Parts: sequence; structure tokens; C-alpha cells
Amino acid sequence: MKRIEATDVSAWFGAHKAIEGISLMFEPKQVTALIGPSGCGKSTFIRTLNRMHEVVPGARFQGSVALDGEDVYGPGVSAADVRRSIGMVFQRPNPFPTMSIRDNVAAGLKLNGMRKKGEIDETVEWALRHTGLWDEVKNRLDRPGAGLSGGQQQRLCIARAIAVQPEVLLMDEPCSALDPVSTLKIEDLITDLKDEYTIVIVTHNMQQAARVSDTTAFFNISEAGQPGRLVESGPTSKIFTKPDDERTEAYITGRFG
Amino acid sequence: MSIAANVPQAVVRRRRVVNAIACSALGLAVVIALIPLAAVLAYTINKGADRISWQFLYHSMFGVGPLDPHGGAYHAILGTLEQVGLASLMAVPLGLLVAIYIVEYGQGRLRNAVRFLIDVMTGIPSIVAGLFIFSFWVIGLNQGFSGFAAALSLAVLMLPVVVRSAEEMLKLVPNDLREASYALGVPRWRTITSVVLPTAASGITTGVMLAVARVTGETAPLLLTAFGFDAIRRSPFEGPQSGLPLYVFAQAGSAFDVAVQRAWAGALTLIVLVLALTVIARLVAARTKAT
Repeated sequence: MKRIEATDVSAWFGAHKAIEGISLMFEPKQVTALIGPSGCGKSTFIRTLNRMHEVVPGARFQGSVALDGEDVYGPGVSAADVRRSIGMVFQRPNPFPTMSIRDNVAAGLKLNGMRKKGEIDETVEWALRHTGLWDEVKNRLDRPGAGLSGGQQQRLCIARAIAVQPEVLLMDEPCSALDPVSTLKIEDLITDLKDEYTIVIVTHNMQQAARVSDTTAFFNISEAGQPGRLVESGPTSKIFTKPDDERTEAYITGRFG
Repeated sequence: MSIAANVPQAVVRRRRVVNAIACSALGLAVVIALIPLAAVLAYTINKGADRISWQFLYHSMFGVGPLDPHGGAYHAILGTLEQVGLASLMAVPLGLLVAIYIVEYGQGRLRNAVRFLIDVMTGIPSIVAGLFIFSFWVIGLNQGFSGFAAALSLAVLMLPVVVRSAEEMLKLVPNDLREASYALGVPRWRTITSVVLPTAASGITTGVMLAVARVTGETAPLLLTAFGFDAIRRSPFEGPQSGLPLYVFAQAGSAFDVAVQRAWAGALTLIVLVLALTVIARLVAARTKAT
């Protein structure tokens, strides 16, 4: 588990500035929720943390992100190395359609050159047990991952992400494509996982942020076309009861956004 | 109150009539489209099936006169398999790499230039491809007629078809999957070989088979490159070679009934060959998708 420190982060898509001057600290064994209206740059921001932002053509980044003091954008640090330490789960479950359940979980290990079958199988079981999927899929590990339900697919994607043994887990609206029961399962899983990982979750669901997170950060844009900024961050209980900024209060009480 | 109560009866009736007309028009179009296909197949089977025998499939035309009742297409089948096989060995890997460049790596003007050139290549008439290899390879480099020269001209024709179909299939692979792989710390080349290509494999196989099927029947470029030969020529690298389309062309041009029958049998062999290749490719594609 490591601490992530983002300092004065700005990001662009071509000429459009998506976020500006964001500084945030993410502590180990904590869940940090990023909330805010659509288009305020939450997703863009977490994608700068594991260098997924630069995958988009025309994307640009400024500022610094440090993992336990080590600059992830530093010279000699490869994006692939960073992403192995900082895992990511996406909005829509995206298991690899050509791979079995087992191969999906093993993908990060196999595609990074791991060859020892015994070790891979052990890790697959460990990751599936950790995500509560093992009992549901242990008899069909060789069936396609795409055959699972949406909620199971998303837990499979989480298992795939933790199988590479990252320090940090980034989740970009992991429940927005799921039904309420699957959502609760994922939320329980997040609570279980937080003892071992630094977790950052982007969510549009305020109750979810309140349920799972220890710290909450509120993002906002002043108007369309303007870059997203961090309004405030602090302990979740404080943000949801007596925020310092009136825009935060307006947002969480549902007066806009 | 019925569900459709808010739609006037006249409108409902008109919709039914339009629907009936459209459905029958579609059905008719399907039948019309199938007529030439079925007719060609039936006619070829009718005319050619009688001549097909082990004798036909296992003998060449070496020392067979136009009036002799025997003689076969073995040399031509062999030639076609070698020429199309060599052409595929050249055009498929190259075409795949070009498609991967265009979809995964290419940017800006260079990519557009490559795509434009591929488009231009798609429009090259097959005789021009033959002429090009004839003047460049056969005459220019003084290599003479050979099955390999034919393979070169067929590869020129295959390349753009492979590139365009593979490009379309690669574009269909959701970006989510590439991102999922990058997020696991998998490098880009590995993402392409282990995630993108397997996902697009069955579509790419179909495209490749279409390209193979198309060039298997090409006659014009073979005239200028393989030239044709009556005896069995096993090596595609030494001297003129036959091929099924050339065989059909030569036999059909004869004034004698036996020769024309041989042409029909050759045409049927060609159709069955392409069909067999397509079926095999489909099976392979279905298998890779299942695992």
C-alpha cells in the first residue's frame, strides 16, 4: 500500500483544458470518493494518476503525481510499470471476450510474461476468492468471461486488476452500469479491499460515496467549456454534513448537478 | 379500448399494405440475387460432373491431344494451390501489418497517404497487376515465366483486400478492451497480439478468405506470369506452370467437345476448391473464437 500525492495537476484533450490545478492526497487503507457533476473532470483526473490519460490521442498533462514520493511521470519510469502498481476498474465491465474466466484473471500476469502455471493458478484462485466470485465460478473457470452477469463481470474485472498485485486501485464509476444488488456487492467488496489497497473511486451516486468512502473530494466546473477544479476535500462525514463551501452543500443537497 | 384505438383505421390499413409490398419486394430481391448463383452452380455441376474422376484429378495434359478422351487437371490444381498459397504467404502477413499500422499506430498525413494508396490499389485491374509483374519481374529482372511470378501478381491483387477488411475488423474491437489491457500494465504490442487480434480473428479470417477466393479465380494475370504448361511442374520457381483458370481458358477455347468438357470439369474443380478453403477457414475461425 502506498500513498498517492497529486500536485497541481492539469490535463488537456487537444486544445480543451479538462482539469486545472488539482492537488490531492490519497492515503493508504482509505477509500477516497471523487464526486461532482458530469463533465467536471473526475475521470480525467484519476486517469492521470496511472498515466491512462496519455493513451488518448492529443492528450496532454502538467503537474506531478507521486507514488510514495516517486514521480510516476519521472524519466525512466514507464507507463506500463506505473499501471502495474496502480490498477484500474472501468465504468462498463470489460472482460476480454476471447478469454475464459481463468485467463481473464490471469491476463495481467500472463501478458506481462509470467510463465509459472502453478503460481498463476494460485493467484487466480486468490483473486477470485478475494472478490467473492470463487464459489460462483469455480466449476466453470474455462467458460468465457463474457457469459457472466454484469455484476459478476465487474467483480471479474476487479479480480483481474488485483491479480497483478497493485498498491492502489482506481475505480471509475464501477457501479453505474449495475443493478442495486450487484452494486451493494461491489460496495461490500470495496470495504473489504480497503485494508490492503489505497482506493480511489469516482461516483455519481452520493449515497454510495457516503457509504464506502472515508474521504470525499468535490469537483466542479464554473460553466461548460471551463476546466474542472477541486472545490474541497475532507473527511466524508464532514463534507456531507457541514462542508466549508456553499457549492458543495448545494450539490450534495441536490440543488444542482 | 384497444391498444391501437388512437391510430385511425385508414392509417392501419395503409401500413399493412405498405408492409406487405415491402416484404414481398425484399423476398423477390433475395430470389433474383440467388438465381444467377444457383444457375451457375447447377450448370457447372451438370456440365462438369461427368468428367470428374480420379483419372481427371490425377493426370496432367502431358502428351494429350485435343481429341484424346483422357487427360486431366492435376498439373493445374497443383499450380493453383502453389500460386495462391505463395500469394497468401506474402499478402496476408504484409496486409495484416499494414492494417495494424493504420488502426493502432498511424497518425496524421502518413496514415492517410497509406490508406489512399491502398484504395488506389483496390482499383487496379487484374490484367494491370499481371502486366506489372510481367514487365518488372518476368522481363525486367529476366526471371522468366513461373508460378512464383503468378503468385507475385496475385499478391498485388490480394494485398488491398486483406488490408481493408482487416482494418474494418480491427476498428470494430472496442477501445474498452485496449484500455483494460493497458491498465494491467500490458505494453502496446502485447495488447495488440494478445487482445486486439484474437478479438478480431474471426472477422479477419473471413476477409482473408474472400481475398483468397477472389484471386483463386483470376485468369488475366496468370496469362502474363505463369503462362501455362501441359505437364506437371512441381516447383513454382522454375519455368511456366499451369493453373486452374488457365486450364479452363485453354480448354474452353478449343473447338473439340472433349476439350470443352475438360474445361467444365476444371471450372467445377475450381469452385469446389474455393468452397473447401472457405469452409475450412470458417471452422478454424469458429474454433479460435470458442477457446
